[in-house]
Amino acid sequence: MDFTFTEQQRMMAGACRELLDDICSPGATRLAAEGRSDAGAERWARLSEIGVPGMLAPEAAGGLGLTDVDLVLIAEQTGRAALPEPLMEHAGVAVPLLAEFAGSPRAAGWLERAATGEARIAVGPECNPFVLGADRADALLMQHGDEVHLLERDAVTLVPEPSIDTLRSLVCVEWSPSAATRLTDGDRGRSAWSRAFERGALYAAAQCAGLAERMVALSVAYASDRTQFGKLIGSYQALKHHLANVQVTLEFARPVIYAAAARVATAGGRTAAMVSHAKLAAGDAADLAARNAMQVHGAMGYSWEVDLHFYMKRAWALAGTWGDRSFHARRVQSLVLSGAVALGPDMTFSRAGI
Amino acid sequence: MAIDLTYTSAQQAFRQQVRTWMAANVPREPLESLETPAGAAQHREWERTLASGNWGMVTWPKEYGGRGCDLIEWLIFEEEYYRAQAPGRLNQNGIFLLGPTLMEFGTPEQKARFLPRMAAGQDIWAQAWSEPQAGSDLAALKATAIRDGDHYVLSGHKIWASRAVYADWAFGMFRTDPVSERHRGISFVLFPLDQPGVRVRGIPQIHGDTGFAEIFLEDARVPVANRLGEEGQGWHIAMATAGFERGLMLRSPARFQATAAKLVELYHRHSAEADPALGAQVAQAWMNTEAYALNTYMTASRIMAGGSIGVETSLNKIFWSEMDLAMHRAAMSLLGARAELKHVSRNGGDGDNWLEGFMFSLAGPIYAGTNEIQRNMIAERLLGMPR
Repeated sequence: MDFTFTEQQRMMAGACRELLDDICSPGATRLAAEGRSDAGAERWARLSEIGVPGMLAPEAAGGLGLTDVDLVLIAEQTGRAALPEPLMEHAGVAVPLLAEFAGSPRAAGWLERAATGEARIAVGPECNPFVLGADRADALLMQHGDEVHLLERDAVTLVPEPSIDTLRSLVCVEWSPSAATRLTDGDRGRSAWSRAFERGALYAAAQCAGLAERMVALSVAYASDRTQFGKLIGSYQALKHHLANVQVTLEFARPVIYAAAARVATAGGRTAAMVSHAKLAAGDAADLAARNAMQVHGAMGYSWEVDLHFYMKRAWALAGTWGDRSFHARRVQSLVLSGAVALGPDMTFSRAGI
Repeated sequence: MAIDLTYTSAQQAFRQQVRTWMAANVPREPLESLETPAGAAQHREWERTLASGNWGMVTWPKEYGGRGCDLIEWLIFEEEYYRAQAPGRLNQNGIFLLGPTLMEFGTPEQKARFLPRMAAGQDIWAQAWSEPQAGSDLAALKATAIRDGDHYVLSGHKIWASRAVYADWAFGMFRTDPVSERHRGISFVLFPLDQPGVRVRGIPQIHGDTGFAEIFLEDARVPVANRLGEEGQGWHIAMATAGFERGLMLRSPARFQATAAKLVELYHRHSAEADPALGAQVAQAWMNTEAYALNTYMTASRIMAGGSIGVETSLNKIFWSEMDLAMHRAAMSLLGARAELKHVSRNGGDGDNWLEGFMFSLAGPIYAGTNEIQRNMIAERLLGMPR
């Protein structure tokens, strides 16, 4: 029993945080959101240099051969930066999904190019009606019932679905499944999509934690600068308590996210319950952060000129993807009340359960 | 991947050892409330039984009556303790608050004098910090300990001393420098409650039982050897104690997880007539207790790897107190018209004393530093907001 990250894991996350502070600062995010710069290719290249796209790909396929426990810390950082590129859909969902089909030369070819970041893969599970980043993707992994399909971008038609988070490029994908595009079906496909779903929800949760951290930091900075009634507004308890409440919610979401990552990485029992718990806890933290951060910022928080809204909008967007709050709440409720998850003080790390 | 969320075979064997002992020794019938004279006596007896199995405080070194367990083993012990529905700890102020403080600040003589008796359930301890005009603003305390040769003479009025009516000793904060102000000039002094110049008067609580008390000190004499740490160092020592209290040990996750499991059972018994929305509250209660457990394992692992625990104890205190309250509120909703019935009533509580638990949970956001004070500390010390 050891619930700590390794020095190496912490260093990699720290390096990623510094890189994102450099290439994806609030200022850079603003330029991207206002269409005044397109540094997307540059950001993707820099993140590829440190190996993020292929973290979960086997070393034999040109990846780093790491696990979800390593990537979850990176996901938190991409959330904190509100990274415009769909890196987690690529590195956290598409790459491990492709890696399940190493026996298919077509999938293996894409995996190698995806692992280095040379190719971008978008992913379209049925839980998400719109596909993130498909316009910049080279290939797409699409769900059709139990089937997994791999298509090149030219084989599909994309209809833009503009999001309030202008940094998220969403499209509706029109496509036709065929024997030629199908990688698998039946039980194998169903379980592959199930794993992909858990990863998608896990990495959305981790990004929410990062977003909450950012929104608290922005609010603390604002409240430590703005004066009313002759005092810094951050010295008033009403505002302190707003942000302390977010911090409590956030700090008790993190261990759940990390434990869920360990479950996903080892395909251990209770994965569904833990992932849903993580998505709920982190989603609630980001939601409360958005709400309270805006209140702390006052009218400034409602204005385009203050950076807060970029992070708020990402939090709102992530709330509805990879299963919304009511989906995950119902899933936990059903697992807990049906007895599928064993209850009691000695059961936290039980390997049994769904 | 380094995170390893599996128990070693030694840890599993330890769990089995605790489980076996608990199965053989935990009283079959629940004890009376430890805030009644009869219940306090039963709980004192239970502390002695625990000590007879050498389970008084497993994390302490063997020489002080412990087992030298690490924090993961402590968590396993707690899990088995609450899984077996063992009684509450009458001596929690001693073992969880003063004990770790003594371990850090006590002289070898003080440790040898107090810790083994504490682990053995021979001395029950109360906390004598708050005063009528020094609650959240603890540094406003006025009680004095005036040096007279090799003794201190204690005077003042302490209040909200949990379980003081049933305790043998108290650990208190006193001004050894009577003209000092705020955090300076305070010393940490241990004193017997059964001695001339000490009068303990119980304060009945909202449930009618008498758990906490006022302590009136009128020229009570204690040897200087009863001072913990240096003269004037009391505030620093007290804040370390408060850290233990809010932090890891006072509220182990197991206790809340056991409550959540019981809440699920309660839900099943009432699901036919209960508002379906309560199912969501029950599931949320389970999630909260799991999050608290995971957070505690993470903190324990960090401490075992050489880390420490600081202001994040304030986050813990808010989380567990609000979680406990929410769980008990859900239980009260599930019990509906029977929620108001006392435990002694034929139809009360579905076999569990939810009502008492509910009332106790209401105190959680108040004791060990109100949640408002904790929020201030989080904002100022963790987030760096202006004072």
